[in-house]
Amino acid sequence: MSVDVVGLVWLVPGIPLAAAIVNGLFGRRWLHRTTGVIASVALGLSAALGLAIFFAVLASGGQPRVVTLYEWIGVGDFRVDTAALVDPLSATMVAVVAGISFLIHIFSIGYMEHDRGIHRFFTWLPLFVFFMLTLVLADNYLLMFVGWEGVGLCSYLLIGFWFEKPAPYTAANKAFWMNRIGDWGFTIGTILTFLTFGSLNFHEVFDKVAGVAQTQPLTITFIALAFFLGATGKSAQLPLYSWLPDAMEGPTPVSALIHAATMVTAGVYLVARSTPIFADAGSALVVVGIVGAVTALFAATIALVQVDIKRVLAYSTVSQLGYMFLACGVGAPIAAIFHLATHAFFKALLFLGSGSVIHATEEQDMRRMGGLRRKMPITYWTFLLAGGALAAIPPLAGFWSKDEIVGAAFTSGHQILWSVGIGTGLLTAFYTTRMIYLTFHGEPRDHHLYDHAHESPPVMTVPLMLLAAGAVLAGLVLGFPPDAGFIHRFLAGVVSAEAGQQPEAPNYVLIAVLAAVAVVAALIGIGIGYAMYARRRPDPAAVSRAAGPIYTLLVNKYFVDELYDHRIIDGGRALFGAAWAFDAHIIDGIVDRLAWLTALIGSGLRRVQTGVVGNYALSIAAGLLVLIVVYGGYATGMLHR
Amino acid sequence: MPLAAFIAVSAALFFIGVAGVLVRRNAVVILMSVELMLNATNLAFVAFSRRLGVAGERGSVFVVFIFVVAAAEVAVGLAIILAAYRNRPTVDVDQLDEMKG
Repeated sequence: MSVDVVGLVWLVPGIPLAAAIVNGLFGRRWLHRTTGVIASVALGLSAALGLAIFFAVLASGGQPRVVTLYEWIGVGDFRVDTAALVDPLSATMVAVVAGISFLIHIFSIGYMEHDRGIHRFFTWLPLFVFFMLTLVLADNYLLMFVGWEGVGLCSYLLIGFWFEKPAPYTAANKAFWMNRIGDWGFTIGTILTFLTFGSLNFHEVFDKVAGVAQTQPLTITFIALAFFLGATGKSAQLPLYSWLPDAMEGPTPVSALIHAATMVTAGVYLVARSTPIFADAGSALVVVGIVGAVTALFAATIALVQVDIKRVLAYSTVSQLGYMFLACGVGAPIAAIFHLATHAFFKALLFLGSGSVIHATEEQDMRRMGGLRRKMPITYWTFLLAGGALAAIPPLAGFWSKDEIVGAAFTSGHQILWSVGIGTGLLTAFYTTRMIYLTFHGEPRDHHLYDHAHESPPVMTVPLMLLAAGAVLAGLVLGFPPDAGFIHRFLAGVVSAEAGQQPEAPNYVLIAVLAAVAVVAALIGIGIGYAMYARRRPDPAAVSRAAGPIYTLLVNKYFVDELYDHRIIDGGRALFGAAWAFDAHIIDGIVDRLAWLTALIGSGLRRVQTGVVGNYALSIAAGLLVLIVVYGGYATGMLHR
Repeated sequence: MPLAAFIAVSAALFFIGVAGVLVRRNAVVILMSVELMLNATNLAFVAFSRRLGVAGERGSVFVVFIFVVAAAEVAVGLAIILAAYRNRPTVDVDQLDEMKG
């Protein structure tokens, strides 16, 4: 190979950054809608280079390489570089992030066409991609934290994109604050890592983990839990999940890119990247698995009753992220990354499909839709494929990855987590069916809305079709045959719990049986959904009446927001109120008093300024006299020398 | 002649100048009084230089500097007085009290 593409790795985040700077500086005045083209071209270059790097890593047999841009911090032995770690894991993430970002940027040209703030949109979206790529490429925790905070900032800015309305900026603040709690965990984890290992570099830390785990097992557990707290904030897991559904107030491409395909998976990436720490962290791994499984089930139940199409997808995202953490928890981080990749395709597609529907109807409430299949065939078919992938119907992408997670839970001896996974799969299939029926099938429930609906322009439908190809094929290409597919061999050296060891030969009979159980669960879910929403037997309204209090609980999302408001936010408000009072009365009081004293002295002294030159001259003369009296003796001594 | 005699004349001239600055109201006269003070200083310099000077009466050099500074001071001072006179037709410094605090 003549060109060293891996050496150019910093261009992958660099090009989006350049686009963000150009659009930020010149967008409002001159570029306007051209910003979309600039950002898309930049992302196209970035994605092409990202794919080239992916194949270069593949060709080199997955050998990790560090590409140092410059030394960032160097104090004594402690050294942190702005350096990229290019290995199979980061190469996979770069290819997924850059590729999907590119398609979503193109889609956004059509979606944001009529928005006055389009230049802001195409400044922050490439900026987000820059930070996300920095996050996945970083070769140490500190640089990763820069990307981690950067994506949080961009997420905040883009959730509150329509800040004229109250709901988006409230949602943006909520997302910001919840993420702060998680970031606190990340910070604690980073500090503890530094104190324990004296380094923040991934390789140096991971080399020492096994030794330190012998002497200080509790410290390793604590570091893992702190990092996991960070992951729960960014990846919307219990108990820090509730910002993600609210984040749907942002523009739909943002929901697709940031709040489904990329940023929210940063927590999974963090856990997968830190596999050596988690592998030696004892009970922390159990916590990860349980939190993931409970979140998956919890969010899926809420998704059952949501009527806003984007909210269904948001809870579905929380649920799928739960699966990924479940995989990490049962010691199958490769399955987590696999599901991350397939989920990125089909969930981005579902969001963009919903965006296409919202663009056509200017409505998000599924109760007012219906029958749109005839008006928007491309959107419908791609949405159906993505829905099939979400419901884990073979041979679509979601089947391979989700089945592997659930299977891993069973084979690792966590039968309870396995059953939770299967149950969640049933619920997932049900709410996906319900969503597709309410939106695209049946008779139009709002004729005005239906008559104005139209298929989206090619700039939006082409990305849908490309993502649909991914949603169909990603699972087969990456993960077939199960447990020994391409992605498993590719990632085995980096993230498998027992690095270096050959994985055992998969037991295909067991895998087939487990897969059959999962598929049957999914088909039952689809069957119930079909019976309720296509046949009206049993009628959904009757079911919700019969369920009574359970239905109320689900519609109100288990009253978690209210609980947080009353138990935690109120306490916080009291604290902030006290802090404010201290600031207003004590700090400001001292400053005010000082100013008042200065003014008092000044008003006294201003009488001295008479403006009469004679007075000034007199005071100069008086001063001279004083000097003569004081130093007179000295002067006399000079005289008599 | 003893050094004390020169210093006495210098001191007398200086305090005449001080009195002039403090007592007189005419700005031009005040400026002249300042000149008197400067020249009293010159006299003291020359006298000390003559008596105490070791390497070629270095103190006298300061006299040349003071001449230059005095010339500049008079030029600026007269210009200010002229500008003030144009603004308000008086050279009485007690009436020029716009800078009162």
